[in-house]
Amino acid sequence: MADTVIRYGFLALLAALIVFFAFAAPGFASPQSAVFIFQSVAITGILALGVTATLVVGGFDLSIGSVATSAMMAAAYAMVVLEQNALVAVLFCLAIGALVGLVNGIIIVYMRVPDLLATLGMMFLLVGLQRIPTEGRSIATGMTMPDGSTATGTFSPTFLALGRHRLDFFIDNLLPVSVVVLLVLAVLIWFFLEFTRFGRMMYAVGSNEKAAELAGAPVKAYKIWAYVISGVFASIGGILLAARLGRGDIASGNNLLLDSVAAALIGFAVLGAAKPNAFGTAIGALFVGVLLQGLTMMNAPYYTQDFVKGAVLVVALVFTFALSNRAR
Amino acid sequence: MEAMFRIAGLEKAFGPIRVLSDVDLELRAGEVTVLMGANGAGKSTLVKVISGVHARDRGTMHLSGEPFDPASPAEAIRAGVVTVHQNINDGVVAALDVATNLTMDRLTGKDAPLLFNPRRVRREAQAVADRLGLQVNLSASISELSLADRQMVAIARAMAHEPKVMILDEPTSSLSSAEANRLFAVVERLREHGVAILYISHRMSDIRRIADRIVALRDGVIAGVFADKPLDYEGAVDAMLGRAMDLSTVSVKDATRKVFEAKDLRIASQARPFSLAVGDGEVVAITGLVGVGKTALAETLFGVRRPLGGTMTLEGREYRPRSPADAIEEGVFLVAKDRAESGIVADFNLYKNMSLPFLRRLARLGVSQPRAERAIARRQIEDLGIVCRGERDRMQTLSGGNQQKVMVARWTAQPSSLLILDEPFQGVDIAARRDIAAKLRAGAAGRATLLLLTELDEALETADRILVMSEHTIVGEHRNAGLDMDRLLAQVAGEDIRGAA
Repeated sequence: MADTVIRYGFLALLAALIVFFAFAAPGFASPQSAVFIFQSVAITGILALGVTATLVVGGFDLSIGSVATSAMMAAAYAMVVLEQNALVAVLFCLAIGALVGLVNGIIIVYMRVPDLLATLGMMFLLVGLQRIPTEGRSIATGMTMPDGSTATGTFSPTFLALGRHRLDFFIDNLLPVSVVVLLVLAVLIWFFLEFTRFGRMMYAVGSNEKAAELAGAPVKAYKIWAYVISGVFASIGGILLAARLGRGDIASGNNLLLDSVAAALIGFAVLGAAKPNAFGTAIGALFVGVLLQGLTMMNAPYYTQDFVKGAVLVVALVFTFALSNRAR
Repeated sequence: MEAMFRIAGLEKAFGPIRVLSDVDLELRAGEVTVLMGANGAGKSTLVKVISGVHARDRGTMHLSGEPFDPASPAEAIRAGVVTVHQNINDGVVAALDVATNLTMDRLTGKDAPLLFNPRRVRREAQAVADRLGLQVNLSASISELSLADRQMVAIARAMAHEPKVMILDEPTSSLSSAEANRLFAVVERLREHGVAILYISHRMSDIRRIADRIVALRDGVIAGVFADKPLDYEGAVDAMLGRAMDLSTVSVKDATRKVFEAKDLRIASQARPFSLAVGDGEVVAITGLVGVGKTALAETLFGVRRPLGGTMTLEGREYRPRSPADAIEEGVFLVAKDRAESGIVADFNLYKNMSLPFLRRLARLGVSQPRAERAIARRQIEDLGIVCRGERDRMQTLSGGNQQKVMVARWTAQPSSLLILDEPFQGVDIAARRDIAAKLRAGAAGRATLLLLTELDEALETADRILVMSEHTIVGEHRNAGLDMDRLLAQVAGEDIRGAA
């Protein structure tokens, strides 16, 4: 009985929530509403999947939010100031994400800085760094550069399509590209963690590092790779953010870190896993999305959102740690 | 002489399993009573009943003639029965300095002053240290001390209670021989103070050194009490094992083909180089006290650490592993010491634990093949007689012996050239130990098997050849048939080296 509750409790809660909103909020049970939910969680979901990889090896990455905003600024800078095309901008962002992940990993593995502190430091560093090239201004076409000239580049339409284009899926113009990216990445990381030997080893590293090492696993490499995955996923989130906004907005992305970490931690409770897992993370992100969309459609004020997210997180953590540990 | 502490007719069961039955025990003031017993004989349960952790089911306990009925460890300590546990770090707080540790018990309780007075603490700590002749810097932090010094602090701290009875639970299990000598000096001091000491150990060298009386416990029953001088050590071992040491169980084989060879190997900076060869089908045990370098040797052979000198050959080729992954690739496997810390992945079920080192071989294009992994696990469960419901059981549901069998199953699932097992019988009951030993001997053909064992009996039970290690080098070699026990024990105790120097 307790087992069943722990295993399916959160999924049942999600289903109940959807049924409740479908009756209570007119228009909730529609394809458009479903897509809107997916779109609202796409970026945080992608970041959460990345941070899941670091949680799996027993680490943590606090820098994901700032990697995403840095990638957004970098994309804007590449296109608006350096007048590059979409492909260059995307590759530039991915390289930044991979580089930051690599540096995080090296600091944590070789310099033995605790993961929370290392990535916290990296977060501050990036928050500051992304403002330097433009002296703290947001990036948009026609902006004045520090040397007095005007930036004449524009966001390429191909790039903007990543955030704005909608694919036809049964209904015309239904599925946003960002949602497709989320789904593809979710399936990819889920398959990687659950079904490949690399994923298995990453879980082993997270559960008992010494045992994994004595079983022949290159523990340091696995840990560094986890941070690289996290960095790259965060930069993909940043690319989608830039494409949606169409500018390098210095003030956006404040909530990314907390929302995505919450999604990953809520994921612990899904299916009674009591450990980081990609499926749970995706469900966790979806759960928060459904709840916020439903409450918004029932006219709950915007300022209650953070409270609701926090409450869900606390409940999920109690689920994970108190209930599932008791059952063992 | 009237006993300081007396137990009569003690019984204790956990559920249907009776752990102690009808145990009588006397401890006398100023005497060291050694309690011997194999793993699972009930030693720790007895200690826990005496120290107030478990309540007894039946029987009586008396301390200096008064009934003794502790409801909690704190009550037992207040009454004067103090236990120093096997795990040294349980007895000290690593973050605090020695002086605070020594007087910590005065920081709690009703009479403790509100304010912490460092000068008074220093004064009291000095008094406690002096009583035991403890030579430790009082302002040093515990984390700077060696294990032996921490142990001394834990004992000194226990002494602050002015105990009538002190229980030392395998106090030398993590000490080197030099450190153990310091411990014995302290035990002698306690004896002079008139403390009744219960000393739990199954290490013969300790027992020969300090025992006034020996009590052997086997399967929860007192199997023998030895008090007449000179003490009959062999009789005590016999009583503990319940049979005369039966060497005929091992039909000793001699290897024909060398599989692994080490020449002039040096594993510690001060150590003498040594050579070592293990043959096909041979089971070789390296025995020696804790801290003489057995684990260092295992780690050197397995690529965890580099040798300081010498060469190694495996199957005729030069063998120079740079990592455990290298070693595994070459066919050298290690069942590491302390399975909970360095073997078991607690989040994984049984079959995932078994397949862990061989995922590369078992996976196809990087995708793991659970069906193949589970088939191998089922075969190994059958083969080693692992008691479980199935290959998807969680590791925590298994008993210690079965967990260890899983570790052995992990490394015997694939063929190896050299299989090293570091303390494979640690925390394993006798039945499981026999199963594992029989399996190792039965499957020995085609590989070289190297066991690292602190307990001599385990070596005698399982090996074709026994090498003795002392101070990071090998000091003796014995064929396990009609071997010279006195010489072997002398080598274990490091006497040969001292004699030669």
